[in-house]
Amino acid sequence: MSSIKLRAVVALTGLALACAAHAQQAAAPKKAAAPPGKAAAESKSAITAEFDKFREVMEDASPAELFEAKGEELWKTRRGPKNASLEQCDLGLGPGVLKGAYVGMPRYFADADQVMDVERRIVHCMVTLQGYKAEDLAKNPFSSEASTPDPVSLVTYVAGQSRGMKIAIPQKHPREREAYNVGKAIFNYRAGAWDFSCASCHGEEGKRIRTQDLPNLSSKKEAIRAFQSWPGYRMTGGLMHTLQWRMNDCFRQQRFPEPGYASETIADLLTYMGVNANGHVYKGPGIKR
Amino acid sequence: MADPMRIRAVAKDGIVSVKILMSHAMETGQRKDEAGKAVPAHFIQQVSATWQGKTVLSATWGTAISKNPFLEFSFKGGQKGEKIQVTWTDNKGDKRTDEATIN
Repeated sequence: MSSIKLRAVVALTGLALACAAHAQQAAAPKKAAAPPGKAAAESKSAITAEFDKFREVMEDASPAELFEAKGEELWKTRRGPKNASLEQCDLGLGPGVLKGAYVGMPRYFADADQVMDVERRIVHCMVTLQGYKAEDLAKNPFSSEASTPDPVSLVTYVAGQSRGMKIAIPQKHPREREAYNVGKAIFNYRAGAWDFSCASCHGEEGKRIRTQDLPNLSSKKEAIRAFQSWPGYRMTGGLMHTLQWRMNDCFRQQRFPEPGYASETIADLLTYMGVNANGHVYKGPGIKR
Repeated sequence: MADPMRIRAVAKDGIVSVKILMSHAMETGQRKDEAGKAVPAHFIQQVSATWQGKTVLSATWGTAISKNPFLEFSFKGGQKGEKIQVTWTDNKGDKRTDEATIN
């Protein structure tokens, strides 16, 4: 055995230590994806730069892959009252075509007569193909210590199939253009107890909350940060989250009423931010602090 | 049953670099639930990796390891196409073994 040299590196990929009080910065409210490169580098804080290094190291061994594996199994297994798999689910490129589907959504679906983001579409497929009830899926839609909802793993699996592809969210159909415009209006709509809008935090460059650099999601250059590395594995608590959760949490932080799960509101907002990020390369499910 | 591991093993210049992602709650026993009761400890205690019937890594783990742990190590001698097996056992006796081919 002496000829075999060992070197073991154990990385703390989550915060399992209940006593890790020094990890408070990891619990700071939010952080969008890594900046697209040198352009944002000037405004980067030291902590952001350090985290980006960590993310780079972890990219080819992201815990998100565990959820991709789980999602793949869920996708291919016959489940639900109708005992069907999701392999016939059409994500915009034809039934069962997954490659490139994630980077082309939200888009308009004639069968549902709605603009749908990935999660909304998957929920739609779970209802129409597998016979689940939409109300049941909307009851506990977000990851918690207790469980990871099926749509979260499924979205992660689908997103992983678009790794390294260019974002190309369509704007051909009138309903898709309408969704963009409504999304833009929601993004800029000031309301609530704090008279906030999304644009209050994400409408200008060089802003930050505590140590977190905030991307300007209305600009072509930085909008990628609302798309990149989602769905993301949050090291705070070790939970997998999708953009549905992120939008819900943004509404909560603004003290807005809670948006409906997989609703039109969210699809419109994601259309606006996604189209702004068109042309960037999507790196696949990622890591969040 | 426990969820599968993701194992990547790449051979380069006679050294195999292995990266393993495990799916595990890794509860320390210190955390409390909403009712204020301690969440029982549940963590991986033993990890081992074997190649050609030889143990190339054997580790004893405790509660300081994070949830969904990532483990990276390398060893000498492996060739492309050979298999490597990784097994973990947790404090509740739960066990999981996965296999990967060296690339």
